[in-house]
Amino acid sequence: MNSQRHEVEVLVVGAGPAGIAAACVAAEAGKRVAVLDNSPWLGGQIWRGEQSHPAQAAAQRWIRRFKGSGAQLFSSATAFSAPAPGMLMADTPAGVLQFSWQKLVIATGARELFLPFPGWTLPGVLGPGGLHAMSKAGWPVAGKRVVVAGTGPLLLAVADGLKQHGMEVRLVAEQTPLAKVARFGLGLWRHPGKLIQGLGVKARLFGVPYRCGCWPVKAEGTDRVERVTLTDGLRTWTESCDYLACGFHLVPNNELALLLGCELSGGAIRVNELQETSVTGVLCAGEPTGTGGADCALVEGQVAGLAAAGLASQARPFFAARAAWHRFRDALNEAFSLRPELRRLAASDTLVCRCEDVPLATLDAFADWRSAKLHTRCGMGACQGRTCGAAAKVLFGWDNDSVRPPLFPVNVGALVSTDFTEDKRTSTTTKPGV
Amino acid sequence: MSAKPDILIVGAGIVGAACAAECARAGLSVLVLDRGPVGGGTTAAAMGHLVVMDDSPAQFALTSYSRRLWHQLAEQLPTHVDYDPCGTMWVAVDDQEMAEVRRKETFYRERGVKVEVLDAATLRKAEPNLRHDLVGGMRVSDDAVLYPPCAAGFLLEQARAAGAEIRTGVEARSLLPEGGVTLGDGARLSAGIVVNAAGPWSPALTPGLPVRQRKGHLVITDRYHGFVGHQIIELGYLKSAHAVTADSVAFNIQPRKNGQMLIGSSRQFDSEGTEINQPILDRMLRRAFEYLPTLNQLSALRCWTGYRAATPDKLPLIGPSLESDRVWLATGHEGLGITTSLATGRLLVDRLMSRPSEIPSEPYLPARLAKGGAAHD
Amino acid sequence: MTERVTISVNGKPISVPTGTIVAAAVALAGATRFRASVHGESRGPLCGMGVCYECQVTINGRPHCRSCLTLCAEGMEVKTDE
Repeated sequence: MNSQRHEVEVLVVGAGPAGIAAACVAAEAGKRVAVLDNSPWLGGQIWRGEQSHPAQAAAQRWIRRFKGSGAQLFSSATAFSAPAPGMLMADTPAGVLQFSWQKLVIATGARELFLPFPGWTLPGVLGPGGLHAMSKAGWPVAGKRVVVAGTGPLLLAVADGLKQHGMEVRLVAEQTPLAKVARFGLGLWRHPGKLIQGLGVKARLFGVPYRCGCWPVKAEGTDRVERVTLTDGLRTWTESCDYLACGFHLVPNNELALLLGCELSGGAIRVNELQETSVTGVLCAGEPTGTGGADCALVEGQVAGLAAAGLASQARPFFAARAAWHRFRDALNEAFSLRPELRRLAASDTLVCRCEDVPLATLDAFADWRSAKLHTRCGMGACQGRTCGAAAKVLFGWDNDSVRPPLFPVNVGALVSTDFTEDKRTSTTTKPGV
Repeated sequence: MSAKPDILIVGAGIVGAACAAECARAGLSVLVLDRGPVGGGTTAAAMGHLVVMDDSPAQFALTSYSRRLWHQLAEQLPTHVDYDPCGTMWVAVDDQEMAEVRRKETFYRERGVKVEVLDAATLRKAEPNLRHDLVGGMRVSDDAVLYPPCAAGFLLEQARAAGAEIRTGVEARSLLPEGGVTLGDGARLSAGIVVNAAGPWSPALTPGLPVRQRKGHLVITDRYHGFVGHQIIELGYLKSAHAVTADSVAFNIQPRKNGQMLIGSSRQFDSEGTEINQPILDRMLRRAFEYLPTLNQLSALRCWTGYRAATPDKLPLIGPSLESDRVWLATGHEGLGITTSLATGRLLVDRLMSRPSEIPSEPYLPARLAKGGAAHD
Repeated sequence: MTERVTISVNGKPISVPTGTIVAAAVALAGATRFRASVHGESRGPLCGMGVCYECQVTINGRPHCRSCLTLCAEGMEVKTDE
């Protein structure tokens, strides 16, 4: 199939904070840089909507810097296979792009962790980040009531954002016990930026109940969610709502890195001090190396971009800041770790695999992901196990690190490669900035 | 199972499962071992097409007998086996292939297999997404499709209900000529007879067995109900399956009950590993687009590979091995393992119990490949 | 000055600001059910970022489009599962 070919020196996959930072420094160093993002926008998840509705100063600074850097952005481009070393295929609505790269920076971010509970498949039950992101792109929420539940500082940021979009936030229900959250909050003095950010959020959320140590046990409604029942382990109560925004922190989008053969360490993509993975020429920054948020991603992205541009010595000054953010990251992940009750929320008829409608009871008969998948088709649908696989890891402890192309559904035609022998390669496109 | 089982089957794929079900039903005590999960080997990469094939009289006899057994079993199959009697549509691109269609029609009709020849216009009406200049086809309406790993699971449930024991995650390292296996950890399990049903890996247990690994590729699409109505195969499929050395592809597409479609097929010897082989995937898909021009715009969810167990004469090995009358074989089914699994189980048990089979079993005996047997040419 | 685009959702015309995602237009049209699951359950968006595939709709005759990642374009015809 005909595909557009691009030769670049540094290819960055993901235009969130990590990818933007890496692309900026590499392009400013004179490298030919391309950035891919599967959405129509710059900014990834955490800076979603910043181009149309500026809200965060850091995001604005970086986006301006990116636009002046000379890096070329390919929007709505989904990386789906790596058929030969130094080659990456991306699918776009207009056709397949074939990239030849010398260095690859994986900045694919993270997605929210969804855990099954009765009623979680009702329309109106969404991830907190998901609802917030869509509200910035026109999803109507003004005047609607939402319960925000799950875990992580994201819940407060989302509640804040949704309130600013005119939603009535009935409750923010954080599963972590109050003591742990308080300890984390107290520890923020080490990260003053985060503390100020947190205090700002708390101020704007004045009047919104924020309860720790509680979690949803079921969502109910006829055609969509109408109420959610929560518990703190002792008391159970029900809140009426139009939306339930429920997510249990983050799952790194490791699939591209795993496809390329990058090794893991403690569930995250293993990188050295230059953000280099175990695969030559492949670097990784941001959430796939450990879910630590935007500030951490920015520092890691700059290190990766400099290393990719052959300027490793210039990366050294970032190491101390990165170490501090890693301490924040570790404290965050420890504070908001999942309580055991969350593994038992699903009833036997609660669906675990939403693409193939596979309930918990059907999965109970199996001892590992592969045999469960083979016999129940759990994970064989369009999401390729991203939703149910992450849940199964929490519910059953099943690992599912085997990844095959295509990384996302693509047209059957996109699976057909063009020949990529040397003599057929056309030298292409645009020098930076042209 | 503390006592020595009558039958120990190595391989819990569709063939091992069918043998286990038949042996258990016949009152034999059965133990099945597999180093992986049920149906996790070749069965996991099989298309699940229940089809009569006429590459040779013996192949026809085995596939038609076994297809009949599937028809008899159909109403017992649970929902998740996804049995669907959608039928096969063989398609012809030119007059030469159409002549082959007519030859097949005569052959099948003489043997009581329901077939219907379609001209170009009727074919277009039956399968509107096929390219419009095909000259005709042949519908075999009693062919069907199912989901192989769950079919294997069902057969093993039947075996269990009749007293069989199944142990997954247990590797057999070698077979004992006196009947039994040595496991990966060195332990020995004795049995009256051990059956090698390990498919492409059967030569590791029976050294020198003339079974070669033949790699195939598959692609599955998202849901497109009604895009095709039958399992559609190009007539060239038999040439591809027939070829014993060259890499080959042949167009083959299967609609599943939920609307997803499986696209195949490819054949390669000597392609190591489970990774996708891009050049042959390209060939396979380009071939498919020649028949279904709009297929390239449908959404593909997954690609994967698998190995078939191929013998020199394209017939399986069913019966006592050459080395020992306590080591039996049920392997070498190439691309017809799902179809012929039930007949394999029957033929195996018939011979074990010294009772007559419904079809002659000699063509499938391992002894046929003894001295002067055809080498892979 | 914000431009607007008009698309149709299940035959009903909806006018939205430029930069609105198709998923939002579907919600504005009052449709709760984006797609029917394998067993016919109503589903709507979950992740909002293109990984869960619950927001799939048919756009201009093409099924399985993720409405959360697709911007509305003038004249688009969007259909949800009945």
